[in-house]
Amino acid sequence: MTTEILFQTLASGVLIGLIYALVAIGLTMIFGVMDIVNFAHGEFLMLGMYSTFWLFALYALDPLITLPLTVLMLFAFGVLLYKLVIVRIINAPMLSQIFTTFGIMILLRGVAQFFWKSDFRSIENSAVSGTVKLLGIQLGKPQLVAGIGAIVVTGLIYYFLSKTRLGAALEATASDKEAARLMGIDSHKMFSLAWGIGAACAGAAGVLLATFFPIFPDVGANFILLAFVVVNLGGFGSVTGAFWAGILVGVIEVMGGLLLGPQYKTAIVLMLFLGVLMFRPQGLMGKA
Amino acid sequence: MTVMKNTIFSVAVLLAALALPVVVDSSHLNMAILVLMAAQVGVAWNMVGGYAGQVSLGHAAFYGLGAYASTLLLVKFGVNPWLGVLSGGLIAALLSLAFGWSCFRLKGHYFAMATIAVAELVQIFFTEWEFGGGAVGLYVPMDRQGWLWMNFATKQPYYWLALGLLLLTLVANWWIERSYLGYYFRAIKDEPDAARSIGVNIARYKQIALSVSAFFTAIGGSLYAQKELYIDPNSVLSTALSIKMALVAILGGVGTLFGPVIGAVVLTSIEEFTRILFGGTGRGTDVIIYAGLIIVIAVFYPTGIIGWLRSFKERRAARADASHQMAVHAASAPTTNGEPS
Repeated sequence: MTTEILFQTLASGVLIGLIYALVAIGLTMIFGVMDIVNFAHGEFLMLGMYSTFWLFALYALDPLITLPLTVLMLFAFGVLLYKLVIVRIINAPMLSQIFTTFGIMILLRGVAQFFWKSDFRSIENSAVSGTVKLLGIQLGKPQLVAGIGAIVVTGLIYYFLSKTRLGAALEATASDKEAARLMGIDSHKMFSLAWGIGAACAGAAGVLLATFFPIFPDVGANFILLAFVVVNLGGFGSVTGAFWAGILVGVIEVMGGLLLGPQYKTAIVLMLFLGVLMFRPQGLMGKA
Repeated sequence: MTVMKNTIFSVAVLLAALALPVVVDSSHLNMAILVLMAAQVGVAWNMVGGYAGQVSLGHAAFYGLGAYASTLLLVKFGVNPWLGVLSGGLIAALLSLAFGWSCFRLKGHYFAMATIAVAELVQIFFTEWEFGGGAVGLYVPMDRQGWLWMNFATKQPYYWLALGLLLLTLVANWWIERSYLGYYFRAIKDEPDAARSIGVNIARYKQIALSVSAFFTAIGGSLYAQKELYIDPNSVLSTALSIKMALVAILGGVGTLFGPVIGAVVLTSIEEFTRILFGGTGRGTDVIIYAGLIIVIAVFYPTGIIGWLRSFKERRAARADASHQMAVHAASAPTTNGEPS
């Protein structure tokens, strides 16, 4: 019985961790390519959730069908945000950068509240609902599908970065902006691409999350701090690092909640975060 | 001449501030108190965030520590609030050592994020700490009133307290700015490598900046508790509050003495007016305006209102200079042209 609970908890930790990983991959990509921490990243996720909700509520389109559409919308939104705002603060002092993305965060929350009110909303009876028993472990279908979806999206990003020319150009810009520019890579194009992909990842996480998590304007707040932690643990700018760190954070959070009580699960993750920041600022998996 | 003008201006502002409670009604007086309190924490934040350039987004931890220290001492042990306020400041300054130890080895974004994490941890602690009121919060008893117990039925005395604390914080900041500490802080911000190479102990001066800042921030928190008569983790420890302290300074002008004061006046006014105009709708219009303002300032006026005024003055001076030269040129022009060549 106890081992069952343990495995059950581990499994749910891994599944939620995969979502954290997906959110963090977008964040780490933006940071890696242009050294800007995006405080509004949780709001991309929120927009992804609302897009899923409205497509489901108004047109009865299932989250799994609308996933590509929402991802595309968020990609466009990320690029637009870069072209309208972020492009102006590339060389600004850090303080301006922090407060710009922070302002965007509050703005998007306010806009969501304006159009969709602050009520909690949820998607009932989507194509994936109910539970499934796998190897003796009871798992929610939405969580399982979300986890698999997160793996698929992460796999696609990984493929894009390591196997395509455009991906290679993005990686080159991340590792050395100047050298990449001299090789004829347009940094502005890469920056907007990073914002597009970053927003799209968070949007995808939002879609996957929408089937089992309440949807409300401030929902991003629950994820941004965790995403910071994941990005730090994985090493800033590292996509694979963020993937494994996401799973690790998910497991630690859920296990901590089981052992010490759910009210301390965030505290445990934050302490881990501070510990790593202090003793291994390059991240658990980052290079020194 | 400018010194004279500045002195007259300062005296005028001070006199206006002193006369204010006599002329305005109680709701406007409350807003004035909010401005003074926001300015005070902004000035305190500016010591470490502005002058020393260590962008803390976790100052609510100190504010909350101050508020909780004085309130718990009063509620649980009957300690006089004046002593409680001082203890709160000292406790926060002491705990800022741990805060600095854990965060100062980090730079830039990493430092900022670590400070958020520390403050969130402190908030979780107070939310779960039953003796400290937990999530329910604490009420400041009103049984003993008057100056001795820093507890009043009217708003006016709180105005004097807030004004006095702001002046005290400004004087401390002014003194630091002019002393060797101010030079070291600025050196740490602008030229850390050069400062280190001439033997400035950077870690030590960052810590001094943080501790002094924490002390004054905590006193601001204690005063808030005495004025509002109620505190809970959300009202005195939230990250939104940390952000607001930094925002006040950024809006007015980071690393300037009066920047946070100007920032507090502008920000609090905008907050209150948008809240009154749009807040009742519950649709977040006030939030949208507030956020839009933050973005515009961060993107277009990174040096704040003071920086904008300065550049405006400089441009005007440059223009005046240019037109003066043109006038000289124009005066001499006919002779040049008139010369037969």
